[in-house]
Parts: sequence; C-alpha cells; structure tokens
Amino acid sequence: MIVKDSWVRIHKIILSPPERAPQVPDDTKKVPLELWTKGFLEKDANLGDEVTVITVTGRKEQGTLIEVNPAYDHSFGNFIPELLKIDQQVREMVFGGEENDQ
Amino acid sequence: MTSRATDYASVMARKQEIMLKSVGIDYSKFESGSLAFDYERMMRETGYSLEEMQQIQYGVNVGNTPILELKNLTALARTCAPKGMGARIFIKDEACNPSGSFKARRAANSVYHAKRLGYKGVLTATSGNYGAAVASQAAIHGLKCIVVQECYDSKGKGQPEIIEKARKCEALGAEVVQLSVGPELFYKFLLLLEETGYFNASLYTPFGIAGVETLGYEISMQFREKYGKDPDVVVCTNAGGGNLTGTARGLIKAGAKCEIIGASVDLSGLHMASDLAFNRKSFTTGHTGFGVPFSSWPDRSDVPRSAARPLRYMDRYVTITQGDVFYITQCLATLEGLEKGPAGNTALAAAFALAQEYPEDTTIIVQETEYTGAGKHLQPQLSFARDNGIRIFFGDPEEEVPGENIILPSQPSMIKAKEVDLDRMRKSLIKQAMATYQVAQPTEEDIKFLAEETRTHPDYVKDTIKSL
Repeated sequence: MIVKDSWVRIHKIILSPPERAPQVPDDTKKVPLELWTKGFLEKDANLGDEVTVITVTGRKEQGTLIEVNPAYDHSFGNFIPELLKIDQQVREMVFGGEENDQ
Repeated sequence: MTSRATDYASVMARKQEIMLKSVGIDYSKFESGSLAFDYERMMRETGYSLEEMQQIQYGVNVGNTPILELKNLTALARTCAPKGMGARIFIKDEACNPSGSFKARRAANSVYHAKRLGYKGVLTATSGNYGAAVASQAAIHGLKCIVVQECYDSKGKGQPEIIEKARKCEALGAEVVQLSVGPELFYKFLLLLEETGYFNASLYTPFGIAGVETLGYEISMQFREKYGKDPDVVVCTNAGGGNLTGTARGLIKAGAKCEIIGASVDLSGLHMASDLAFNRKSFTTGHTGFGVPFSSWPDRSDVPRSAARPLRYMDRYVTITQGDVFYITQCLATLEGLEKGPAGNTALAAAFALAQEYPEDTTIIVQETEYTGAGKHLQPQLSFARDNGIRIFFGDPEEEVPGENIILPSQPSMIKAKEVDLDRMRKSLIKQAMATYQVAQPTEEDIKFLAEETRTHPDYVKDTIKSL
C-alpha cells in the first residue's frame, strides 16, 4: 500500500494510435502518445492502480501509478576509451611528445 | 473550460485563441494583410529596449559572462592550417549563467514579462536548456512553472541529455511533463495552457529573442575593452534561429560589423518525428533537423510570427558532424581545462575548422557554452549511442552517416565545416511564403519584405517568384 501524499510517478496514454496527428511518420503512428509526470498521491493506492496526483503546480493529473519516490538513474554511462586517445593525440600536437616532459 | 472537447483536432482548432491569451501579443497589429508583416515594429513595440533588458537580466544575475581566449585550441588549429593562417579562437562562457546556458537571457525576459502582466505561472515546451532557464527564472520570481518535454521513445527509453534536463527543471521547482516522440507535444502544450491560464514562455516571442541581444552587445563591448576592436567572426549554433538572430541584432546595436556564421550538427536523413530515429541521434538540439527548416521558414514555431529570423542575419551557414563536436569537446577539456556540454560546442567545432581559413591576426568568437553533468556530457552520450547500436570509431568524419555511426576524426585536420547553400534556403523561404499566404500577386511591400527576409535585393525576389 502506498499512502496518500507520497511522491509518485504516473504514466498514461494521451493519444491512441488512431488518434495521432495526420502528419506523423508511419513508425510513430503505430504507437500511442504517452505521458509521464510526478505528483503527490491524492488517495492511498497500489502500484498499477489508476490514480490522481497533485503536481507541484497544484494541477491534477490522472494515470497509472508506476513508481514511488522516483529516482534519477541517468549517469556518465559506460567508459568510452576513445576519449583517452584524443587526449594523447592533441596534447602531443600542442605540447610535444615525451622528450618535452620534465 | 474543462468541458471543451479535448481531442486532437478540436484542440488544434483553438490554437489561435489559446495563443493570444497565453502570449498577450496581438500579432494581427503587425500584419499587412498580405504576406508581409512589420518585423521591426513588432520587435520595437512588444519587446524591451536594450537598456531595459540589461537591467532585467543583470537584476537576476543573468549575463555579463566572461570571454575566454582558447590559446591551446588555437595552437592546435594552426598545426592544421597553412602557414600564417589560424584565427585566434574565443568563447563566451555562457555556462556561467544561473541555469547553465545562454537560454537564461531568453527566459529572464519572458518570465519578467509574465510576472509584469500578472500571470501566475509560465509554461514552456522544450527538451533543451531553455526549460531549465525558464524554471530558474520562475524560481527567482516566485512563479509556477511547467516544462513539457519530448523525452522517450515507445520503449520508454529516454535520451540521457533530456532526462538530465528534467532533473534540473525539477530541482529548480518546476513540474515536468514528459511525452513520447511526436509533434502532438504541441497538443498537450495547448491543453495545459488552457487548463492553467499560464503565460506561454515561447522561445520565439519578441521578448525571448530580444533577450539574446544583450549577448551580442556584450561581445562587442567586452572585446573592444580587452582587445580594442570587435571580433572579426562570430559563430552561433543554429537550431530554431533565436540564438543567431538575437546575437546578430545585439551586435548591430553595438555598431559592430562582424561576419556572422551559423553552425548546426549534421543530422540529415534522420526524421525528427520518428519513434525509431529518436534515440539514434546524439544531439537533441543545435542540429540540421531544426536549423534548416526553421531558417528557411521561421513561421513554423508556436507563435504566428516568429521573432527568430536567422536568414536576415546569416553571412554563412555551415554543418559539422557529431563526431567532430565530440572530438572538440574532448579537446576543450584536455587542452583548455574546460568541461562543457557537447551541444553547446557545435559552433566551437565549426569555429575550429573555420579559423583555419582566416589569418592569424583575426579573431573568431563562439558565443556560447553550456553546463555539463551526468547525462549531458560526451561520455554518457557516446555510451548511449553505442548501446543503441551506433558504431563509434576513428576515421574520416566525411563518411559519417547520422543514425548509423559516429566517426571521431583520426586527425584534427579532418574536421571540416561544410557549407550550406544559402541561396537554396532563400529561394525556399520565398516559395514557402508565397504558398503559405496564397499570394497570387505580391505587393511592393511583399517584395521588399522578402528581400529583407532573405538579405537580398527586390530583383532577386522578383526573379525567384517568376521561376516558381
């Protein structure tokens, strides 16, 4: 049970494929237009329930409850070793090679 | 109001009514009745004077960012250039603004204006730095703020750069509404404007564009003070056109006569509204997907008449590859000790190549930088590309195919700025204007207007119309 006033994330479909704009490309027309937002849960509920949230601007939005205390999980990703090669290459071009090391 | 129809077609049909209420500008005042409209009068009567804008911006800690000379990057460019060539490269470090980019200037004016008109909140549709800028300014003024973003593909996979911007907006107190791919973002945006009655902090209103004039003006003043002259060349990253338009107008107001060069990342071949292509690009703005259509037809924005009209000011327009921009972003870190966001370095990558065309005693300035961090950094962006099956390798950037590979130049001398055919864009603008306003017989005023729009001569416009 997720209690009222918890900070949650909701998801909903706002346009189904047939309702999509005429100008969208075919691959996009095959899928719905989806929405995600966050807010305070209006009433106690469970994950997967249809709920209403009050957003930080005081607006109400309905959708499926998908996450409690939603976290940011973006990061610096996997390491890209090519960047080290760029470092070595341009430092050598501007400052010279090993013979210039003190 | 909630009882009104909310289907796509009904909401779009109410577009003009919603816009008028949310922007507070009656654009019809500036219309001629034909295709021409009075651009300068619109900028004068609905914008702010340069002095007023400086007061507004400096009052909220926006602007007066430093100009930095990139001596080591200049040295690298000179190793690639013929003897005696290689202009001195400078950047205006706009990442120093409160929200981490030059967009703070646009937002400062828009939000100030919203507050003055008594709106309770501001709404903006952007996946870019402008969202954070509006959120930051709304925070200072105690206004509510909603940012609507195009963020995920149909598998729920989001661009790391956009997710970071959502985090930043939320950190600054805004509500972020995230959507999957598609131009119907505008539909949800209109619904939200109608529901909240907030001000539409559009990127394309006169306040927003005029807000960038301070940037151009500062470049001239700071350069004169430090180096005794104006820069010879100013390079602007070009997407919706506001950055270039505002900067150029500010330079003109300072009396500077610099060459203005627009630069975009080449994403040709990727459809901007395609669900499948969405996560196959590494740049979410500053690319040809916006730069080319918005320059050749500015009035495709969320206001009836855009204040961003870059073809009026551009001397040259060049493209650069994704691999080039990532390479230069790494050079900036390793040679200058400056970590900045890749998208803001689009013009820098172009400037690195362009500098090699100019003698050593000339100066070239890139008029922006942007903040960097998790998601919004070359490391996660390249990692995301690799995870999505984009091949990343060293080679000739000339062979890069957007959506398939990112080619890091094997040598910095391989970074080339590719010329965009401005003549073609001018003709395209004239053609589009004639078609949009369905003008059979253009008036003298129309001809004069189109000559101004395309920076050409009335005879050029007449010849183009004849050839249509």
